[in-house]
Amino acid sequence: MCRLFAITSKEPLSPMVAVEALNVMREGHDGSGVGLFLRDLSGPFEDLKDAPILSGIFSEEGLKRLDTFMMDVGFMTKYKISIKVPKTPPPGVPRRDIYLIRAYEYPEEWEGLSREDLHFRLMTTRLQLRSMGEQKEDMIVFSFWPDVIMLKEIGDPMAVARHLQLDRKELRARVLMAQGRQNTNYAINLYACHPFFIQGFASMTNGENTAFIPIRTFLESRGFPGYIGYNSDSEVFTHILHYTTTRLGFGIEAYKHIITPLQDGDIEKHPNAEFLRRLKQTCRPLIIDGPNCVIGCLPDGSLFMVQDRKKLRPGVVGGKPGMFAFSSEICGLDAAIPLRDKSRDLQPMYLDTAVVGPDRQEVRLCSQKDPLALPR
Amino acid sequence: MQPERPISPSSLSVKDLRWQILWDKETCTLCGKCTAVCPVNAIELGVFRKRLIEPPVGFLEPPGNITKSYYGVRQKTDPAYACVGCAMCNMVCPNNAIAPMRADEVDKLRFHLDRGGQPRRRGGRRNVPGVLLDRLKFIRISMLTDPALDAGRHEFELRTLLGRVLPPEENLQHIREHGWIPPVREIYPLVIGGMSFGALSPNMWEGLQMGVAYLNEELGMPVRMSTGEGGCPPRLLRSRFLKYVILQIASGYFGWDEILHAIPEMKEDPCAIEIKYGQGAKPGDGGLLMWYKVNRLIAAIRGVPAGVSLPSPPTHQTQYSIEESVAKMIQSMSMAWGFRVPVYPKISGTSTALAVLNNLTRNPYAAGLAIDGEDGGTGAAYNVSMNHMGHPIASNIRDAYLTLVKLGMQNQLPLFAGGGVGKTGNLAANAAALIMLGASGIQTGKYIMQAAAGCLGSESDRCNICNIGLCPKGITAQDPRLYRRLNVDDVAQRVVDVFLSFDTELKKIVAPLGRSTSLPIGMSDALGVDDYRTAERLSIKYVV
Ligand code: SF4
Ligand code: SF4
Repeated sequence: MCRLFAITSKEPLSPMVAVEALNVMREGHDGSGVGLFLRDLSGPFEDLKDAPILSGIFSEEGLKRLDTFMMDVGFMTKYKISIKVPKTPPPGVPRRDIYLIRAYEYPEEWEGLSREDLHFRLMTTRLQLRSMGEQKEDMIVFSFWPDVIMLKEIGDPMAVARHLQLDRKELRARVLMAQGRQNTNYAINLYACHPFFIQGFASMTNGENTAFIPIRTFLESRGFPGYIGYNSDSEVFTHILHYTTTRLGFGIEAYKHIITPLQDGDIEKHPNAEFLRRLKQTCRPLIIDGPNCVIGCLPDGSLFMVQDRKKLRPGVVGGKPGMFAFSSEICGLDAAIPLRDKSRDLQPMYLDTAVVGPDRQEVRLCSQKDPLALPR
Repeated sequence: MQPERPISPSSLSVKDLRWQILWDKETCTLCGKCTAVCPVNAIELGVFRKRLIEPPVGFLEPPGNITKSYYGVRQKTDPAYACVGCAMCNMVCPNNAIAPMRADEVDKLRFHLDRGGQPRRRGGRRNVPGVLLDRLKFIRISMLTDPALDAGRHEFELRTLLGRVLPPEENLQHIREHGWIPPVREIYPLVIGGMSFGALSPNMWEGLQMGVAYLNEELGMPVRMSTGEGGCPPRLLRSRFLKYVILQIASGYFGWDEILHAIPEMKEDPCAIEIKYGQGAKPGDGGLLMWYKVNRLIAAIRGVPAGVSLPSPPTHQTQYSIEESVAKMIQSMSMAWGFRVPVYPKISGTSTALAVLNNLTRNPYAAGLAIDGEDGGTGAAYNVSMNHMGHPIASNIRDAYLTLVKLGMQNQLPLFAGGGVGKTGNLAANAAALIMLGASGIQTGKYIMQAAAGCLGSESDRCNICNIGLCPKGITAQDPRLYRRLNVDDVAQRVVDVFLSFDTELKKIVAPLGRSTSLPIGMSDALGVDDYRTAERLSIKYVV
């Protein structure tokens, strides 16, 4: 089972905090890969909050093609982090030319675009790059979004982190999400590595998604170009989150009602019974069935955790005002926030959604039995 | 027959018949029960003559013989009285002295069953033993990273939806704006398919209804049953149990006078209205209730004179074109119940099913589509229709589902599959396979007749006399002397048994696939088959 760790902190943290937490949970992952998601960046990015940042892995060729492409669209590089890696990577980590993190200035024509159009274009640009990269296998793009950096690589998380020298000032961020992979596919495709990202939403999951095919079929047939990929069955969790929020206008409290709706008997007793009954019917193909723990990050920087309907995965949330972490195991939490009131640690159960908002003051626990805020 | 007499073309010997009666003189008690019970008078009292030669031991007496006669059972060879292999004679025989045996070669009888130029008609099934569905395996077994679920202890919610489900965005908008949301029923995915009052005996029908009511009210299983085209008894129409009933309307409109007049007095809406355009057993042919079965009760419920054959036309005659017919029928039926009842058509499996489906996707009132494959059973049909017409259900349902996927409507228009489900006894496995191919639910008829009432039909042309009202089990007979053999309560009890065991088996299939909280509709990654072309055709995995 993959191990998950996420932390949100008032003070910017080095990505190593997350990697170290994964390291203490290493019994649970086989060191076959690591994925990192950083948001609410500090350092040089503090003043570039609106500039979209492209994260990915490029070959020399790919980089040239990227530059031509971005120039054609009208993007100007504003800032970049150059990660110079030693010539020989540690065992198990492939040799790459460039790990790219680059903030751009929007093209002039994009000025005055509505938020929605802007978000759409950012996404389609990422998808275009992705498909260009897939053709020639010279670029892999993880995200292209303001205030978001993503890194994914094959290998042991600690070894990868050292190799990429992640403990650098420019990479400090207030929200970190990390996953240590337990490989279930032989050939590792980096697009199958968590966390997944779409238009400001990110999530990572452990466990299999047994209802993957019907869910994928449903998402793919929504006519939204971003719902593609699915190299991992867990990518649908991110897309359902995106769909629920952007297309249906719900808050995070509704997410669990979509993926693990209440049973009919419980719906009858719910204050929004009629609404939930309809919702369950209309979103039936999005019901997940696997043993899954989902940890995700919303565009406003909130972190959340939900469990599957039977709560078959471990997961704990704890911390103190200003700093909260979500972890697969308590030892991960202990490593990151040793000084906290452990009696207040929470293990979200099968009806719960645990959310830590952007203010990082408390863990808000909502139950599916609570009244639901209807969509905007 | 005497050897010197001329023979006619249809003179057959016992050997030429499909079923041959083995009768044992030693054990026969001559009680006559077998000849009395035989539904087709295939056997009669026989007086046999037997010559006994008595050669003397010595040389003095001349050889002599005596002729004796004895009594026994004789099988008739006239095609009109050919044994149908029902084995009722065997069932009633106290000494097991008689039993039908299947001929060891293709019978000659089949060439003579069209006396008077009337081709063979029969009830029952297609008489093709195997079914592709049996070959589909469930291969995605959860292991390790996603532990298999516990069929006995985990919670399961294996319901399905019958009705037009709006897409999420539209649905939420309609909720917000208090717009019309089409009626949707949450039902058990196994539906008892349309077998009419008339095709079935009153005891059988009542037993099914009682079983369904028990499942709903005592066991909380929302099982539904379609009436078939034969109307609905007036008391049921006015009872609260109507909500468990899918009223079928078909091209003969039998019983609909009564139904429409009962609308103002209905305490509950029916579960749904099924408009039958075709059925798998006799695709492109209307329903057929032969005169033998149209007694006064049936005639009254159907609103017709007694004692006449009731062939429904192959299409609904009141409309100009089928598209128009479908659209208008759906709309007027919806309107009749104030748009509170889902209305959907049922068609026979056909290569043109997608055209119908495409039409329905554009009709906001269409609540689903039921497709009945070639293996569907029937109370009466021409032999040729049953054996040779129609389309297998698997590829039909798969194509229909994938078409909906292309349109993004796979959750909006539920597909119900029928025809040969459980044909070889594997009801749950066949049903689950169809669900994973894309069906939202399953309709079954024959399996219920077999399991809940002991129908004798088999896939090798046994019995199959459902059409002439002589059903030896009283399932499809309208003669009280026959149908009183069937105890209503026992049928109800068996219906409950069938559904409970089906439920357990369905769980035993989906739990190892890691599914429990929703029906795995379209979960095609779980399916595999050992034939490459089949796998390709159904877009599932080829496994050997
Ligand atoms: S098997 Fe049935 S049809 Fe044949 S002789 Fe016996 S009772 Fe009659
Ligand atoms: S037992 Fe009755 S229902 Fe079954 S095949 Fe014979 S006649 Fe038909």
